[in-house]
Amino acid sequence: MTTAQLERPATVPPFDPLAEAIADVEGWPEPAADQAVRTKELVIVSWSGELDRVWPMLILSSTAAASGLRARVFVTFWGLLPFVRDGVRITGENWMQKMLAVMQRPGIDHLKLTKMNFLGMGPWMMRKLSRRYNVASPRELLEAAQALGVEFVPCQMTMDMLGLRREDLVDGMAEPAGAATAIEIMTEADASLFI
Amino acid sequence: MVVYAIAQLIDARGLNCPMPIVKTAQAMRTLESGAVAEVLATDPGSVRDFAAWARSTGHELLEQTSDAGVYRFVIRHK
Repeated sequence: MTTAQLERPATVPPFDPLAEAIADVEGWPEPAADQAVRTKELVIVSWSGELDRVWPMLILSSTAAASGLRARVFVTFWGLLPFVRDGVRITGENWMQKMLAVMQRPGIDHLKLTKMNFLGMGPWMMRKLSRRYNVASPRELLEAAQALGVEFVPCQMTMDMLGLRREDLVDGMAEPAGAATAIEIMTEADASLFI
Repeated sequence: MVVYAIAQLIDARGLNCPMPIVKTAQAMRTLESGAVAEVLATDPGSVRDFAAWARSTGHELLEQTSDAGVYRFVIRHK
């Protein structure tokens, strides 16, 4: 048994009989180089279509990307409505899907509040207050989020159910996916939220 | 007092959370490693936010001062 000819890397602890024995057979392992730098990840499941939920979703996802995290948002159910592009008013193929689009007008500028909606009075006041206090609008935040590389992943099943086609949604969205993708990215992330 | 060569001035005065951070992050992407940026902001929340953001990103917060409601941050690109 000869150990003298083996080069000993600097990262190996001073003396470990087991490690020495293994090194005799297999050689010393390569020192792990890149374990220190792993990008942190935030995943948000965006389920809601209301102004007071879409706003924090956009604030958190854009700030995560601005802070150097990978930020991904799985967009499902009512969460898809703010992502309907400008000029698309009635979506869907059958009367029920069209009716839903009439009852809840899609688009980033037409969001209601979860409480105190008062036929649009509440959102109107919120938007007016946000301008007075220089809070960025959902539209500005969505643009910033996309510019910073936030990935928005639309839910295929919701798109089918609401009759939304990819061309109905804003540019730059990721490939549509399903629940298994949502689970996978949530379990891999350092933080995941359901908003 | 140390005087830094400022490669870019980011004027975020008047903007509210999270836009000072978002604008700074966008500007930092155009700068090279070691370059120094100066940010002006009026959002009081930015004091804690810029410290947290620097810890998250690894950029170095060199200086932080405030004068008459204007917060000034000097940041070196990692």
